[in-house]
Amino acid sequence: MKNRLKVLRAERDWTQAQLADALEVSRQTINALETGKFDPSLPLAFKAARLFNLAIEDIFQYEADS
Amino acid sequence: MLTLQKDNLNKLMNKTKTDSSAWTTRNKENTIRLALWTAAWLVTTAIAAFGPKVLWDFSTVPTILGVLANVGVGFGMMGASKRHLQGQDELMQKIQLEAMAFAMGMGLVIGLSYELLEDIRIISFEPEISHLVILVCLTYMAAMVAGIRKYR
Repeated sequence: MKNRLKVLRAERDWTQAQLADALEVSRQTINALETGKFDPSLPLAFKAARLFNLAIEDIFQYEADS
Repeated sequence: MLTLQKDNLNKLMNKTKTDSSAWTTRNKENTIRLALWTAAWLVTTAIAAFGPKVLWDFSTVPTILGVLANVGVGFGMMGASKRHLQGQDELMQKIQLEAMAFAMGMGLVIGLSYELLEDIRIISFEPEISHLVILVCLTYMAAMVAGIRKYR
């Protein structure tokens, strides 16, 4: 799964720690999400979408071969 | 327009900051609670193990009470451990799950083979349960370190 978390975060000048705080996860989780090592659960994806005021598919894109 | 959207985002960030502080505090409380239950369990284990020899000369009633206290506190520790795990974020839960699966598998496979070694007369001493506990703990710790490194 691809995602635009890093870009969206950078656009808002947020640190990984700030985004982690906002999503109630650890900074390590944000890093793992941004580097594509970890895919979020549906509730976490919804939370991110709500935080950025975007649709889930505007942040996360499914890739069949990943 | 863009400023308005940024203001809204900042408001949302401030609100979620308060929520996340509660999340962080709750996690710290869960960790402290687990540490206290673990310490209590260790104390009751020591009492149940050494009390009969050192404190009450194998008297039946205090020995049974010691064991019951040990089991009761052990269940309390399990509950605290479950709550601690449920309070962690989803990546840490995944790392924990993988580490536990690995530790349990290792305990089952190596534990049974180890027990078999005496039956088939490869070793002359009786396998101790403590050896198995140490193996499971070391496997769990190694798997946790590997999991944390994997998702770093």
